[in-house]
Formats: sequence, structure tokens, C-alpha cells
Amino acid sequence: MPFIEFLFKPKNELEKGGRQSAQIATADENEPSKPCPNCRKMVPLSQLWANHNTCECGYHFRMNVRQRINFICDQDSFQEWDRDMVSKDILDFPGYKTKLENTRNACSENEAVICGRAKIGGQDCCLFIMEPYFMMGSMGTVVGEKITRTFERATELGLPVVGYTVSGGARMQEGILSLMQMAKTSGAVKKHSDAGLFYLTVLTDPTTGGVTASFAMEGDIILSEPGALIGFAGPRVIEQTVRKKLPSGFQRAEFVLEHGFIDAIVPRSTQKETIAKLLKIHCGGEDNG
Amino acid sequence: MAKSTAVTAYDKVKLARQNGRPTGVEYIDHMFQDFIELHGDRRYADDKAIVGGIAYLAGRPVTVIAIEKGRNSKERMAHNFGAPHPEGYRKALRLMKQAEKFKRPVICFVDTSGAYCGIGAEERGEGQAIAENIVEMMSLKTPTISILIGEGGSGGALALAVADRVWMLENAVYSVISPEGCASILWKDASKADEAAESLKLTAADALSMGIIEQMIPENELGKDVFYEKLGAMLSRELRQLEELNESDLLSRRFARFRSLGVPGREER
Repeated sequence: MPFIEFLFKPKNELEKGGRQSAQIATADENEPSKPCPNCRKMVPLSQLWANHNTCECGYHFRMNVRQRINFICDQDSFQEWDRDMVSKDILDFPGYKTKLENTRNACSENEAVICGRAKIGGQDCCLFIMEPYFMMGSMGTVVGEKITRTFERATELGLPVVGYTVSGGARMQEGILSLMQMAKTSGAVKKHSDAGLFYLTVLTDPTTGGVTASFAMEGDIILSEPGALIGFAGPRVIEQTVRKKLPSGFQRAEFVLEHGFIDAIVPRSTQKETIAKLLKIHCGGEDNG
Repeated sequence: MAKSTAVTAYDKVKLARQNGRPTGVEYIDHMFQDFIELHGDRRYADDKAIVGGIAYLAGRPVTVIAIEKGRNSKERMAHNFGAPHPEGYRKALRLMKQAEKFKRPVICFVDTSGAYCGIGAEERGEGQAIAENIVEMMSLKTPTISILIGEGGSGGALALAVADRVWMLENAVYSVISPEGCASILWKDASKADEAAESLKLTAADALSMGIIEQMIPENELGKDVFYEKLGAMLSRELRQLEELNESDLLSRRFARFRSLGVPGREER
């Protein structure tokens, strides 16, 4: 990683709250813009939205779950499931109740994953999309349950599953029950797989911890966005453990591809058509042009 | 602060980590006969943090796998303090698939602060190795019992604990993150580890009440012959019961066991 990029690398992404507000694009010269952490240019927001939240230099900004749905699903095709399922402070964990309330208000989502069914390029599928602005997509019991149900419904419906992951890992505030979600979701993935159905994961920045060590890595095909951090342990923990500087590009999608753990890196510019093609080849029968 | 006689959660964490506590190989030595250690994942290396092989348990052939921390500093270095690399989990999986083929039950002893956090471990897919173990253990067509004997550190422990029965020693702990890690992330203060340990509900009694484990093993005779004898007898008894189930019942019950954990609305206080 170039030094300058390192400087601008977010230090701790696990607990970032809030969400980017959707700004309306204007032709105004003084229109709002934001700096690209990669090329350091100011990117006008209108240009950002036109390019699915990416910079000209190829840098992929984070997307919230609603932007993601608009970007990937055919218009008005998304039907949401279990929207009202909310986490409770099951362990009476200090500060968790307040944190949940604040996060719900700040990000206007009920939980860190949104599930449902949709069409992508005309292909029917079930979908789960994790929300980076909800406790950095951390996996507690509700996230585990919603994803498990998505696989169970997909199995009943005979549909493929497309899953977008972004997560700091299992949610500490729900303790060991969060860890158990790794086993629960994996069991549901396995049943879906045994039914001969297709599961595609798209790993986005960052995908780490218990999510990497369960359903993120269990796809029949695993795609990633460029530059996404993908790993089990976070880079800071590793740096503290091995007491040396990590090699440049360590745990980035390109590194993970090189080491053989993902199938392809697909930028947003071709993501939707790639996913539609993959769905079609697995479910759509012959290619009729 | 008045220290009551009651052992706090963080005291349990310290007990679970204490040097001198029996490690995985001691269970293998005391409870099983004719143990033959089998090495390597056939892909990259032999990870000494995980010891596995075949043996007899009271006359029954079994596959036994243990995460080994080592009993003295030399052993601890050799076993990487019980922090497995991906090749360790892949060795364990190889032995489990072998057990499935030859219809042997699998017994796992879990004792780890967590999967190793290192460069090589990431390069070789620690997350992928754990994920694969979880999926494969969920569908392994032979009875499986995992016993947490010390530390049950997060995904690194779960990778050997997706079993038909999960038991814990009285002073073992099972947690999604170390109390120190939790305190430093949430409160930027690792010294609040005792508070974190309390909040994480990581003791065997907590796990039992939440349905994470089926049995809590008393420790008053820990390390003595009679302790191993009793535990061995418990294992034999449980295996006899599990062996009565047909394959599809065994697998559907195993999935149902994990499926029921953390269903919203169920653990409400």
C-alpha cells in the first residue's frame, strides 16, 4: 500500500455509527464533494452517485443497504422480509440497549442485515445485504436468524441466494449467542446447498471475523469488490500479535484473490450484469441470447 | 471492593487459563487406550496446536482430536500456545472425515484462546478453514461430542465444537471474544476485563442456562484418575445413546440444536 493510502486508511471501522446522508446532485459549481481516500481528489457527490459511489480512480466508497438494493435489484422488485425483527439486550450488557436505540435512529434500519427476495437482471433470487452503518454489520442473534430464515425460505422456494457481506464480526454485546449464529447460519447454508441451489457471496469492505469464518466463505462462488478488506483477524490485532508491520495490501481483495480464497474481483461498474449472468447460468437454463 | 467467596467470571477466566490445568493430551493419555497420533493436513503442514488420532475408548474405536496448549514453556512454544493455524483445522477435518468413513465417533477437546492471528494464518485462509469445519461438522455422519476443558476462544473453538453434544468443565469459559479484547474495543481500557468477563456471560453455568451446552463437568477431582474414569464413562454412555439414532435423526437433531440458539424472543428476560 502506498504510504499516502496508509495514512488515510480508516483506523477502526468497527464501531462507526451514522450514515452518509443522500445528497441531491446539483449542477452547482460549489456543489458538495468529498475527498477520495485513494487519489485524494475531491469527488463531487453528483459524480459519486452517478458512478455507484465509486471514484474515477477506482476507489469504492461504502454503500448503505438501501443504496445497495437500488443499485443491484431490478426496479421495485425487492420485497423485504422480517423488517421488524429487532435485537434485544438479552445479556443485559452495559450500554447495549442505548447503543441499539441510537444506532436505529441514526441509520434508520432496524438491524445490520436486510433480507428479502428480488429480481436481478430478470433473475429471481433471495437476497441478504449487510449494513455497514449499523454497528459495522456486526452479527448478533437477529442477523443470524434473518440470514438463516433467508436460506430456509430460499430452500423452500427453490431459489438461489445472493449475499452481500460487510462485517466487523460477531457482536460482542450478545456474547456466546452471537458466536452460535456462525453455526446456525452455516447449517442453513448447507441445507440450501444440499438442495442443489446456488449461493453467491459478494464480499465488501470490510468482511472480517465470524462472518468471514462462516457464511461469507461458504458461497459456491465468492466475489469481492476491489480493495475490500477480507480476513479473519483484523489487521491491528495481527500487528499487535506478530509485532511487525504488515505487508502492503495485506488482506485486501487483491491479496485474497492471489492466495486463492475468492473467485473474482468485480467492480460495481460490471457487478449487476455479472451477478445476473451467474444467476442465469445456474438457474436460467440455456442461453437464449 | 469486598471479594466475596463466590468466584467471579474473571476468576473463572484465570482458572481456565491457569498453568498446570490438564491440557488436551493429558485427557488423551488418561482416558483412551492405544492412541496413535496422525499428523498433517495433506495440504500444507502439520499444526502441532492440534493433536489428533485414533484410539480406543473403553473398547470402542474413536477418533480423538485435542487443541493442545502445552504443559511447560518448551511445549507451549512447540504447540503455539494452543492457537491453531488453518492447517490445524484442516487436519482436524481430515481426521473427522476419516472417522465418518470408518464409522467411528469423534471426540474433541477444546482449549484455545482463539485461532492464531498471524500473517501466515491469514494467507492460508483462517476464516475459510473455520467456516469449512463448521459446515462439515454440521453434516458429519457420525456421532460427535466436544468438551471445552479450558478456554473456548471464539471461532477458533467453535471450529471443533459443532457437535451432537457440547460439554464444559465447571471452570472452563466459552466466549465470543476475550474479556481483555472486549474491554479494549468497547471501553478502550483492557483493565476493565473483569467487568467485560461478567457482562459476556462466558461461564459454564451461563452456557448451560442458555442451552449452549448439555453438561457441566464438576472439577473437584480434576486431573485425578477418578476424574478421567468418570468422564470416560460419561462419554461411553452418551455415545451408546447417540449410536442408537439413525443417520438422518442424528443430523437433523444436531442442526436443530444449533438452529434453536438465539431465536429472537426466546431468551427474553
